[in-house]
Amino acid sequence: MRLFEFAAPKSLEEAYKILSRADADVRALAGGTDLIDQVHQGRRKPSIVMDIKGIPEMKRLAFDREGLHIGAGASCTDIYNFPPVKKNYISIAESAALVGSVQIQNRAGIGGNICNAAPSADTAPSLIVHNARVVIAGPKGQRVLPIEQFFLGPGQNAMAKDEILLGIVVPPPPASSASHYLRFIPREEMDIAVAGVASMVVIDPKSKVCKTARIALASVAPTPVRAKDAEAVLEGHVINEALIREAGEKAINAAKPITDVRGSIEYRKELVKVLTRRTLTKCLETLGNR
Amino acid sequence: MPKYKYLGKATQKVDALERVTGKAAFGADIHLPGMLHGKVLRSPHPHAIIKAIDYGMALKLEGVKAVVTSKDLPSLEDARASFGGEVSIDQEHLRKLFLAHDKVLFEGHPIAAVAATSLEIAEQALELIKVEYEVLPPVEDAFKAMQPNAPLLHPYLYPKTLGQKPKNPGNVATIMFHERGDAEKGFAEADVVVEESFETAMVHQVYIEPQVDAAQVEEDGKVTLWTANQGIFNVQSQLSSILNIPLGSINVVPMEIGGGFGGKIITYVESLTIMLSQKAGRPVKMVMSREEVFKATGPGSPGYFTIKVGAKKNGKITAAYIKMIHDCGAFPGGPTPMASLVSFGPYNIPSIKVDGYDVVTNKPRVQAYRAPGGTPVNFSVESTMNVLADKLGVDPLKFRMQNYAKEGDYMVNDQRYNRIGVKAVLDRVVSSSHWNTPWEGPNRGRGMALGFWIGAAGTSSALVLINSDGSATGVSGQVDLTGTRTSTQQIIAEELQMPLEKVNVKVGDTDSTPYTMGSFGSRTTYSFGTAVYRASRDALAQMKARAATQLKVNPEDVEYAEGRFWSKKDPEKAVSWNEVARSTITRGEGVVTGRGTVTGLGHAPEFTAQIADVEVDPETGKVYVKRFTAIQDAGLAINPMQVEGQIQGGVTQGIGWGMSEYYYYDKGKLRNASFLDYRMPTSLDVPMIDIEIVEVPASEGPYGVRGVGEVSIVPPPAAIAEAIYRATGVRMNKLPMTPEAVLWAIKTKDKEREPVAANGDS
Ligand SMILES: Cc1cc2nc3c(=O)[nH]c(=O)nc-3n(C[C@H](O)[C@H](O)[C@H](O)COP(=O)(O)OP(=O)(O)OC[C@H]3O[C@@H](n4cnc5c(N)ncnc54)[C@H](O)[C@@H]3O)c2cc1C
Repeated sequence: MRLFEFAAPKSLEEAYKILSRADADVRALAGGTDLIDQVHQGRRKPSIVMDIKGIPEMKRLAFDREGLHIGAGASCTDIYNFPPVKKNYISIAESAALVGSVQIQNRAGIGGNICNAAPSADTAPSLIVHNARVVIAGPKGQRVLPIEQFFLGPGQNAMAKDEILLGIVVPPPPASSASHYLRFIPREEMDIAVAGVASMVVIDPKSKVCKTARIALASVAPTPVRAKDAEAVLEGHVINEALIREAGEKAINAAKPITDVRGSIEYRKELVKVLTRRTLTKCLETLGNR
Repeated sequence: MPKYKYLGKATQKVDALERVTGKAAFGADIHLPGMLHGKVLRSPHPHAIIKAIDYGMALKLEGVKAVVTSKDLPSLEDARASFGGEVSIDQEHLRKLFLAHDKVLFEGHPIAAVAATSLEIAEQALELIKVEYEVLPPVEDAFKAMQPNAPLLHPYLYPKTLGQKPKNPGNVATIMFHERGDAEKGFAEADVVVEESFETAMVHQVYIEPQVDAAQVEEDGKVTLWTANQGIFNVQSQLSSILNIPLGSINVVPMEIGGGFGGKIITYVESLTIMLSQKAGRPVKMVMSREEVFKATGPGSPGYFTIKVGAKKNGKITAAYIKMIHDCGAFPGGPTPMASLVSFGPYNIPSIKVDGYDVVTNKPRVQAYRAPGGTPVNFSVESTMNVLADKLGVDPLKFRMQNYAKEGDYMVNDQRYNRIGVKAVLDRVVSSSHWNTPWEGPNRGRGMALGFWIGAAGTSSALVLINSDGSATGVSGQVDLTGTRTSTQQIIAEELQMPLEKVNVKVGDTDSTPYTMGSFGSRTTYSFGTAVYRASRDALAQMKARAATQLKVNPEDVEYAEGRFWSKKDPEKAVSWNEVARSTITRGEGVVTGRGTVTGLGHAPEFTAQIADVEVDPETGKVYVKRFTAIQDAGLAINPMQVEGQIQGGVTQGIGWGMSEYYYYDKGKLRNASFLDYRMPTSLDVPMIDIEIVEVPASEGPYGVRGVGEVSIVPPPAAIAEAIYRATGVRMNKLPMTPEAVLWAIKTKDKEREPVAANGDS
């Protein structure tokens, strides 16, 4: 481990000042559940580690007409316990409740999860199917990006060296919609997705026709990806067993996985198929139960 | 009336309070004045020649106090010794293991070590050491190692064998042939013969505490070493031998140990720490990282097996054959001898033939892992037995009831069994609630398997001091790995008939305690417990003699119970234990020290039967272990709670071994040297494990105690494999049985089924 300087700004202005330091390699610290290990292992060698949790805006959790606001420093536990999340963004709640373990969830947040940009990040597919936007800030000002443009590759996101994530905004879910996330891990917890699938469907309550379907995959490509071929199978149709099966098959088209210790290419594709079917079935069940 | 007052009871752990308050001192808690921090430079290559090492730049870094390489090793007299109990390694190879000489033999092999005033400086210094390697192709597995043109790890290696020595050196370290009876004839007599092949993976003990130690070398060369090894006297003799330091000049101080499971018998960084302290003239502490532990300590050996078993229509086994190949990593000495012994252990088989090979490869040198060699061979043998039972059309339990071994039957090594409990554990299966509760429905299955471990005995010693207030102190150098202090307290209290609170237990260092072997091989409660028993009896005898003097009667005429001595002839003539104890410091023959030592007890074999229920997700291949029962013969459970803990731990490790743990190598490099991708089961991955203790007293030793530490890890993979077969119809012959492996097996079966079914195959 390399020694580094530690900063804990209490305001955004203070944080921007630190980010402006020309020679500095600043890494933001949210829960630290990725970062501390990376620094410890020498995989990241920042000169400054900046804890962002002391900045009030970073802890924000709110639900208003614009949708859900998740501060970059809010913990998974706070997020899935926030009643509007439980009620309106089931898939997001489910994925936040899957990260690591209870102890990890008490520290880790969705902000850190997406900034870390691991292909396996469990909250990414759910944010994608819910059309989330990320709010990026820095000394030069703020900008907003659709979540799908945020991920560039394993460990790489769309932020410049002097930018940090301020938060995530998720629009209110359409009426008569449901979303679910499932991942496959060999163990029951403390593991990393071999494959993960989030699905969101909007069903016309009268005709039962699927108006919108969004399906996103984790762990099967360098970044989280949309399974657009699978979505196309469903949109404009009444979803039945056969269509669910077909969507499962088509979801594989979006998967460009690798073989490693966690699973082979073939196995990951198989899991995408199975998990797509299972999430879609769950979405229909949820809508039926409402 | 129960036979014992303090034995057979779940008494509170002696060290419970210091554990739960965090006061127990582990290796990493050591802080010495002026202490330096050590770090090891390790090879990134699995196989290479070291051409040159230049550490001039590292020495110049401020804060660096010493660097050592193999050039700093002292020369050796030609004494030959070997170490490590059930998976032993010789002196020369142990030296080459802890520090590469001219050749690197596995990724992570130590090249040099640095001591500096801080850990960060030591780490930085490693980056400044330049090593020139000539990289060689790695020998990746045992099969490749055995090919005629395979690169050689050791150009001088010829196999240890009773047969003919090959002309040229190779990578085969041991060739073992053995036959009892006439196997060919036995197979000819059989009505049904099955043959199956198996493969198991390299796994690690994953003790939670990494290797850690601290060394202080004085001006006169005397060494103090604080370490968390399973045996302080093993450490002392290893270090004395490989560093050429007189044994009596090394004092080894045991720290609390965070797990060992056989992996902490051999020393690793200890030698480097001492060499650094010798050179720097200051104490040095060394803590291994988890990555270092995975890459460069001693995992359990992977094995490859072909097994053939024949039986009569009536179910009686007539002959068995096993061929086994063990990959022992970089240096000779694998588990083949132990594995052949346990292979068919639970069965009475008239003729048995064994072919065994230990082979070296460019991987870390394997070490003992709980019943070393037992789990892989048992998985293979028990799975084959289940195939055979299936072919014969009998259920696995009934088949075992027809073939189990009993007292007087032969073991694979031609010795005869003394009293054993195979039948007793099988009987308990028959009556167990688990076996009698149906487990039905789609994708569900139940399996069972037997397990055997021979267990070690060895030399042990203990002292029992009688204090002037009548309390007693048990003193020994027996590292408490599994609750030894607690069982020691129970034995002393039982024999001296005094309350537990009056018995202290102290684990001392090698300077202040008599020689005792380490805590491994299921030997501790069995052999060391015998020493404690004898020391207690000796103390009691001495106390009786003192009482006799005071009562003015013959010692034979003195009775003792519950703190009181009296004359048999005249029960009114009495003196209390405390009075006698008080008198020992002022008069007569002086202080009472009971001495107990033991060597060479016979075996006290451990047998177990385990039952597993699984449910399989046929679309992902994931196997859920829903219920698990372990029935084990403990001889006598001195502390049933601790016995249960041992069994639950062993079963959990066995589930990990069977389902998810393995070393993932890619061109000789380990790709999963972390807890993320080396998947031990979490608490959510194992069910509640029900334990049923059976007590068939061992033939030797007090109380009939048997070792209980090891056998519980032996059968879980076999029991689970059988359960998976019952749930899915597929036989898993390779470990670990990961979801992916199970899924492909199911899919292959389904594909094969379709046309086969049309042909009317049964
Ligand atoms: C035991 C364990 C289990 C885990 N299990 C899972 C799991 O099941 N699923 C899963 O997806 N992940 C898992 N993880 C990974 C990790 O916990 C998650 O990715 C978590 O969401 C990270 O959040 P954090 O707040 O801890 O991030 P941190 O570690 O603080 O940060 C992660 C990265 O993002 C950067 N960063 C953080 N905040 C900002 C910001 N505001 N602006 C700019 N950059 C920022 C950091 O510099 C760092 O590079 C696990 C980790 C551990 C240790």
